[in-house]
Amino acid sequence: MHSVMQQPFKTAVLILVWGWLLFLVLAPNLLVVGASVMTRDPVSFLSLPLNLDAYRQLFDPLYLEVFLHSLYMAAMTTLVCLLIGYPFAWALSKVGKQRQLILIFLLIVPFWTNSLVRTYALKLILATNGLLNSALMSIGLIDEPLQLLYTEGAVIIGLVYLLLPFMILPLYSVFEDLKQELLLASHDLGAGRLSTFIHVIVPLTLPGVLAGVMLVLLPAMGLFFVPDILGGSRNLLVGNVIKNQFLDARNWPFGAAASIVLTVTMAFLMFAHRLSKRRIGEEGA
Amino acid sequence: MKQTLLSLSNLSKQFSGKTVLDGLDLEIYDGEFITLLGPSGCGKTTLLRLMAGFEHPDEGTITLAGEDLTHTAPENRPLNTVFQHYALFPHMSVFDNVAYGLKMEKRPKDEIRQRVDEALAMVQLQDFARRKPHQLSGGQQQRVAIARAVVKRPRLLLLDEPLSALDYKLRRTMQVELKRLQRELGITFVFVTHDQEEALSMSDRVVVLKDGLVQQLGTPREVYERPANLFTARFVGETNFFPGTVETVDDDSITVDVFGLKRTLRRPDFAVSGGQPLNVLLRPEDIRVLDPADEQGVAGKIVERNYKGSTLDSVIHLADGTEVLASEFFDEDDPAFDYRLGEPVKVSWVDGWEWLLPGETGEALPEEDVSADA
Repeated sequence: MHSVMQQPFKTAVLILVWGWLLFLVLAPNLLVVGASVMTRDPVSFLSLPLNLDAYRQLFDPLYLEVFLHSLYMAAMTTLVCLLIGYPFAWALSKVGKQRQLILIFLLIVPFWTNSLVRTYALKLILATNGLLNSALMSIGLIDEPLQLLYTEGAVIIGLVYLLLPFMILPLYSVFEDLKQELLLASHDLGAGRLSTFIHVIVPLTLPGVLAGVMLVLLPAMGLFFVPDILGGSRNLLVGNVIKNQFLDARNWPFGAAASIVLTVTMAFLMFAHRLSKRRIGEEGA
Repeated sequence: MKQTLLSLSNLSKQFSGKTVLDGLDLEIYDGEFITLLGPSGCGKTTLLRLMAGFEHPDEGTITLAGEDLTHTAPENRPLNTVFQHYALFPHMSVFDNVAYGLKMEKRPKDEIRQRVDEALAMVQLQDFARRKPHQLSGGQQQRVAIARAVVKRPRLLLLDEPLSALDYKLRRTMQVELKRLQRELGITFVFVTHDQEEALSMSDRVVVLKDGLVQQLGTPREVYERPANLFTARFVGETNFFPGTVETVDDDSITVDVFGLKRTLRRPDFAVSGGQPLNVLLRPEDIRVLDPADEQGVAGKIVERNYKGSTLDSVIHLADGTEVLASEFFDEDDPAFDYRLGEPVKVSWVDGWEWLLPGETGEALPEEDVSADA
């Protein structure tokens, strides 16, 4: 039997949750879908008739190239994050509880500063007369400054810097859940370190890898201010395209279509993540 | 003739300054079912991990059939482990779990298939080969863990409290099944438990451990009926301790004063002299509850009665406050056999059923409720 107090509270919570999802998630996304199939209008931004021109435009070689280059930079960012994040998360799960807390704290501290500000800080380090070049020259490793800023590398460094924690945290969580007994069982059954890594550790941390990839790859295609500050005009992200379409080119249908492609890619990754979790039996049979 | 398979000599292990094993020696015979029994923190799990190679001893050696294994990695030891929580690989099917060890040996596919099928048939799980561990019940997971460990035909199987996660009835079934497997396979089993009943019913020999030292090593019967010290007596089964004093010593017998009762008892193995304090140990089933009018026995009254089906267990308080546990079988001829609470009775025992230990002091009682080993 429900108490008198419980019922209104339950109703209120449900209304709040559903209201939130409806007005702040479903409605905006439907608006974007709607915009993507409408026609560009110089005065009111959008007008009828409905058509798929915006999607067709995505396959324009010019934009396709931007999209692929953006995907490439995002993929490189993800790879670098994974290569740094995987061993980091592993080590993190191995150190004592006290040190774990400190390290996670250090990982989260940069979030307290606006990422735009941090990207400008990075610009100061990478600039021709920046900290890195001065340091390298003062120890005599190089004679003249390297061109670091306004390169593809600078964009990737910026993206890795901003997104690395999003790779480490889900990985840390799967390493924390990785039962030591399973590794012992693997050794007990005759597997060496490498075999245990390949057959036990990798498959069991795969959900964390996919979660990390999801949290890094998609934002890495969207963080438009990173190429704006560090990349110059040739290293654009899909996010730059979308931003430009809405703010500069005033082509809302095309911008909407591009962002829907990003959303669908995200949905596909989430589906793969669920599949991998089901494989190791974390979700219902 | 019993042949030593695994020989542990002078094993010591410390964890951050705390001594867990202290110069332990143990010989494990080929083909036997030996149980390491002790309360939480007694070192039994550490001992098992040393045998498996998950830990290395600070001192001492481990040899298996003459070969020094002390510093051999676990993957190179010809023995396998059944883990307390089974440690089945959650991302692999039952078949792949069992096949894992053989795949690591790089056996041909046909041989792997055949041996895995055999191992699964042995634990009656041949129809479950395609399932994932999380689709199995606890008992089934347990059987997969056993199949996975024996499929490699190890010389020695280490079992770390493998039944502790199962409910009572299933535990009984698995005990019988484990015994059957051990007989059929002829593999030496080293079984770790804190459950003394399990230890007694399954083992050929029991090692009672406390504070990293062997308290007693013997057959279940020896350990139960002739405990080497008060710790073993208390830890293995229920026991009544009656303090006594030696009065006279003869060639084969001694007379002892127990609660003012003069009893002539068999002379124990240890040295006795007049006036020496003694402990007279009596299991609850050795106790006889007599009519208060009876001439022999110590007077007391019933403070608790528990109907157990086949036995009637009662607690009797003696005049000086000593608590006595008695467990009596029902008498077919006396269907009304029972006690009232508060009923006055006398307590005695059949001559020769007692076990004597020297009077020790300062011995702490072991914890009644023993949880998983640290």
